[in-house]
Amino acid sequence: MQMPEPDAGVIARKAEIVAGLRRLLPADAVIDNPAETRVYECDGLTAYRCPPLAAVLPRTTEEVAAVLRFCQGAGVPVVPRGSGTSLAGGAMPTADALILGLARMNAVLETDYENRFIRVQTGRTNLSVTGAVEADGFFYAPDPSSQLACAIAGNIGMNSGGAHCLKYGVTTNNLLGVTLVTMAGEVVTIGGPWSDAGGLDLLGVICGSEGQLGVVTEAWLRILPKPEGARPVLMGFGSSEDAGACVAAIIKSGILPVAIEFMDRPCIRATEDFCKAGYPDCEALLIVEVEGSPAEIDEQLVRIKDIAAAHEPVAIREAADEDEAKRIWLGRKSAFGAMGQMGDYMCLDGTIPVSELPRVLNRIGEMSRETGLMVANVFHAGDGNMHPLILFDANRPGDLERVEELGADILKLCVEVGGCLTGEHGVGIEKRDLMPVQFGPADLEAQMRVKDVFDPRWLMNPAKVFPLEASAGRRAG
Amino acid sequence: MRPADEMELAEAVRGAAAPFVIRGGGTRGIGRPAPGEVLETGGLSGVELYEPGALTLVARAGTPLAEVQAVLAGERQRLSFEPPDLRGLLGRTGEATLGGVAASNASGPRRVQSGAARDSLIGVRFVDGTGAVVKNGGRVMKNVTGYDLVKLMAGSHGTLGVLTEVAFRVQAIPEAEATLVGEGLGAEAALAALRRALGSPFDVSGAAFAGGRALVRVEGMAGSVAYRAGQLRALLGGWAIAEGAASAALWQAVRDVTALAGRPGALWRLSVVPTEALRVPRALEATGIAHEAAWDWGGGLLWLLVPEGGAEVVRAAVKGIGHATLVRGDLPGVPVFPPEPQEVAALTAGLRAKFDPKALFNRGLMG
Ligand SMILES: Cc1cc2nc3c(=O)[nH]c(=O)nc-3n(C[C@H](O)[C@H](O)[C@@H](O)COP(=O)(O)OP(=O)(O)OC[C@H]3O[C@@H](n4cnc5c(N)ncnc54)[C@H](O)[C@@H]3O)c2cc1C
Ligand SMILES: Cc1cc2nc3c(=O)[nH]c(=O)nc-3n(C[C@H](O)[C@H](O)[C@H](O)COP(=O)(O)OP(=O)(O)OC[C@H]3O[C@@H](n4cnc5c(N)ncnc54)[C@H](O)[C@@H]3O)c2cc1C
Repeated sequence: MQMPEPDAGVIARKAEIVAGLRRLLPADAVIDNPAETRVYECDGLTAYRCPPLAAVLPRTTEEVAAVLRFCQGAGVPVVPRGSGTSLAGGAMPTADALILGLARMNAVLETDYENRFIRVQTGRTNLSVTGAVEADGFFYAPDPSSQLACAIAGNIGMNSGGAHCLKYGVTTNNLLGVTLVTMAGEVVTIGGPWSDAGGLDLLGVICGSEGQLGVVTEAWLRILPKPEGARPVLMGFGSSEDAGACVAAIIKSGILPVAIEFMDRPCIRATEDFCKAGYPDCEALLIVEVEGSPAEIDEQLVRIKDIAAAHEPVAIREAADEDEAKRIWLGRKSAFGAMGQMGDYMCLDGTIPVSELPRVLNRIGEMSRETGLMVANVFHAGDGNMHPLILFDANRPGDLERVEELGADILKLCVEVGGCLTGEHGVGIEKRDLMPVQFGPADLEAQMRVKDVFDPRWLMNPAKVFPLEASAGRRAG
Repeated sequence: MRPADEMELAEAVRGAAAPFVIRGGGTRGIGRPAPGEVLETGGLSGVELYEPGALTLVARAGTPLAEVQAVLAGERQRLSFEPPDLRGLLGRTGEATLGGVAASNASGPRRVQSGAARDSLIGVRFVDGTGAVVKNGGRVMKNVTGYDLVKLMAGSHGTLGVLTEVAFRVQAIPEAEATLVGEGLGAEAALAALRRALGSPFDVSGAAFAGGRALVRVEGMAGSVAYRAGQLRALLGGWAIAEGAASAALWQAVRDVTALAGRPGALWRLSVVPTEALRVPRALEATGIAHEAAWDWGGGLLWLLVPEGGAEVVRAAVKGIGHATLVRGDLPGVPVFPPEPQEVAALTAGLRAKFDPKALFNRGLMG
C-alpha cells in the first residue's frame, strides 16, 4: 500500500509539537511514547500499520477545537479515531499525523423519549447507545456487527449499517444533527433534534465522509420504540441461485423483514465445524427475521414460507422459542470467527442490485476455481451488500498479492453489474486506488471540492478515499 | 431553454454567462422570482430502469411524477416518502417532476416512518455550474463509496447543479391501512396523543393534527393492521377508525395540506422539535396576530397560514427549536429560507462557490 511521504519538517518538530499539545490539554491526554502509541498504528485493517507522530485523547469539544486550531497552525495532519474498528484503514495514521481519539468522550448528554432522540458524545460505543435507552423500551437502530466495540464517531465517519438496516436504514437515516469541529478549530452545529435541514443538507455529506471534513464530537441520534418481538426462520436451498431468487421474491412481496442473511456452502460448513449450530446440509441458506406481536410474526412467516416453497427449499426451520432463535443466529454470528479458524482471510464489501445475486455468485464461484483461492460468502442479502471472504495463507509468499488481485476483480464485477465498491466498510486506504473503477475524474473532482470547503489545507485524514494522483495537487497544498 | 439531453444541457451551461431559473414542472418553486432565462428539464424525461424485485427505480429528472407513480403502481409499489401535491395550497398549475421532488426534498406524512425523500434517494447525475457532468451514489441501497453528494443535492433547490437523473429506492404498497381519528381534541392534547402513538411499538406511519382532527395511521398486512389499530385505540382511548379508501383520503388531505389551501396570506413551513410545536402559534397569539395551523409528523412539521405580517415573531419563536421557511407570500425583506448561523452560512456559501462558481443557477434563491 502506497502512502505519501510524511512531512519531514513535521517529524523533526515532534518535540515542539508535543510540548505545544501538552500546554493545551491535561497531562494524561497527550501520548507520545512509542510503546503507548502502538495501539494507534492501525485500525481493523491490520495488514497496514504506521506509528503516528503522537495521539491525543481529549475530553471536551473545546479541547478538540484547541487541538485542531493548533495543528492547523503547525501544519500537522490529524486522523480522527473512534474505536479503530474500521476495516478499510480509515483511521490508519501516517508518521507525520496526530491521532485524535474520541474514546474518552462517551457521555450521554440528553435523552428525550417524547421527541425520540438521544444526544451523545460520539466516543460512545454503538451498543451502549441502545444500552442507555432500552430499559425504557427504545433502541438505536443501526447495528454494525462490531457494535460492541465501534463508536458513534466511526459510525458517522463510515455511515455504518448492520443486519437490520433493510428496515431501519443506515447511520445517515438515523442521524439528526452533529457538533462538528473543523480543521480550523471552529465549532459548528449542523442539524438538531428536528427533522429537516433548513438549508443545504450538510449533515448528509458529513455522514460517511471518513473523518475528512471535521471531527464530530456530539450527535443527535433518532431512537425508536422497540418492537414487541422478533423471530427468525432458517431456509436451506439446493443452489445459491434459488436462494438469491427467493430473496428478490420476498422483497417484492411487500413483506419487510428486518434482516435477510445469506450463507453459502463453504461458509455453512466452516460454521458447523466451529460451533455446531445444526444447519442443514445445503448449497445456500437464508435467515429471515421478522418483527411484531406473536400473531403478526406468525402471519409474516407463513407468507415467507409460502414464497420460499416456489424456490424448492431443502429445509425450513422456524424458531419455536427464544433458545431455537438463538441457535439459528449462532452460526451466522460466528461465521467470521469460524472462517478465521480455517486460516487467514480477506473480507470484501461490495454491493450489487439484489437481482444480480445469482449471476454474481456464479461468477465468483468461477473466479474462485480459476485462481484456486477459496471464496466463502456470508452477507446481508436483503440489500445486496456482499462480503465474499477469500481464504489464504498469509505466511505463503505471494498469496496476499493474489488475494488482493482477486478481491479487486470481484469488486470490479460488483461495479460492472450496477453495484458499488463498498456498501458499509468505506474506502479508506483499502479501496482508494479502485475509486476510478466507479467514478470518472469529474465525479471525484466534485467530491474533492467538498473537502476543499471544509478543510482547505487538506490536513484532516489525508491520503484516504481519493486516489493519490487525484489528490496530489491538493495535498501539496 | 429546454435541453433534449444531458449533453446538450452541459454544453449550454459551459457556454453560459447569464443566470438560469431551473424549472421542472414549475408546480411549486418557492421564493421570489429569480433573475434569468428559464431552464426547463422536461426534455430529460423517461424511466430508465425499474427493478421491482430490487425495489429500485432510475428515471431522468424531468419525468413527470405522475408517470413514475403510474409505473410503480403497475407493480403495486410506490415512493415511500409520499411526495405531496401542493398545487392547491400554493395556487400553482403544472405537473411535478421527479427531479423537482428530489431537488426540494418533498416529503409527506410517511416521513415519520420511512424517512424523507433524501432517505429514499440513492443516486443522482447532475450538471454543475461549470458544465461538468457528475454522478454520485448509484442504484443500490447501501453505498459508502466516496462522499454522499446524493444527500447534498436533495433539497438543494437547484442551487448546486441541475439534476439530470435520479435513482430512488421504492416500497411495496401494503395490502391494508387504517387510521384512528380523534375528534374534539385541543391542539395540546392532540399533539400529546400523537407523540404517545409514535412512542409505541405499533409502527405508526402517519401522525397528524389538522382541522380539529387528530389522525394516526398504520399500514401493512391485514391482520397486523387490525391488531395494531386495536392496540393504538386502546392506548389513545376509543378513537374512531377509518379503513381503506376512507383512510387514504384523510391522508391525501394531510399530505397536500388542504386545510390551509385556497386562502390568502403568508404560508410558512416549520420543522420543529415535536414537544415545542405550539410555541410559534402561541407567540403569534400573544402578539394578537391571526393565524391557522396544521401539524404533521407528530408535531414535527408545522404549516402556518399568517394573513398579516408576523415574520419576525415566527422566526424569533422558532429559534432553538427548529426553523421556518416562507413557502408562499411576498414579505419584503424576509428571507425565504431560514437564516443560518454564520459558520454554517460560510460552509454553504463555500459549497455554492465551488459547484456553481458563476452563480448561474437559481441565483439568490437559497442564501
Ligand atoms: C422550502 C420548500 C419546502 C417544500 N416542502 C415541500 C414539502 O414538504 N412537500 C412537498 O411536496 N413539496 C414541498 N415543496 C415543493 C416542491 O418544490 C415540490 O414538491 C416539487 O415536487 C416540485 O416539482 P416540480 O417539478 O414542479 O418542481 P419546480 O416547481 O419546477 O421546482 C422546484 C424546485 O426545484 C428546482 N428544480 C426542479 N427541477 C430541478 C432539477 N432537475 N435539477 C435541479 N433543480 C431542480 C427548481 O429550481 C425549484 O427550486 C417545498 C418547496 C420548498 C421550496
Ligand atoms: C468484526 C467487525 C465487524 C464489522 N461489521 C460491520 C458491519 O456490520 N457494518 C459496518 O458498517 N461496519 C462494520 N465493521 C467496520 C467498522 O466497525 C465500522 O466502520 C465502524 O463504524 C467503525 O467505527 P470506529 O469507531 O471503530 O471507527 P474508526 O475505525 O476509529 O474510524 C472509522 C472512520 O471514521 C473516522 N472517524 C472516527 N472518529 C471520527 C470523528 N469523531 N469525527 C469524524 N470522523 C471520525 C475515522 O477517521 C475513520 O475514517 C466491522 C468491523 C469489524 C472489526
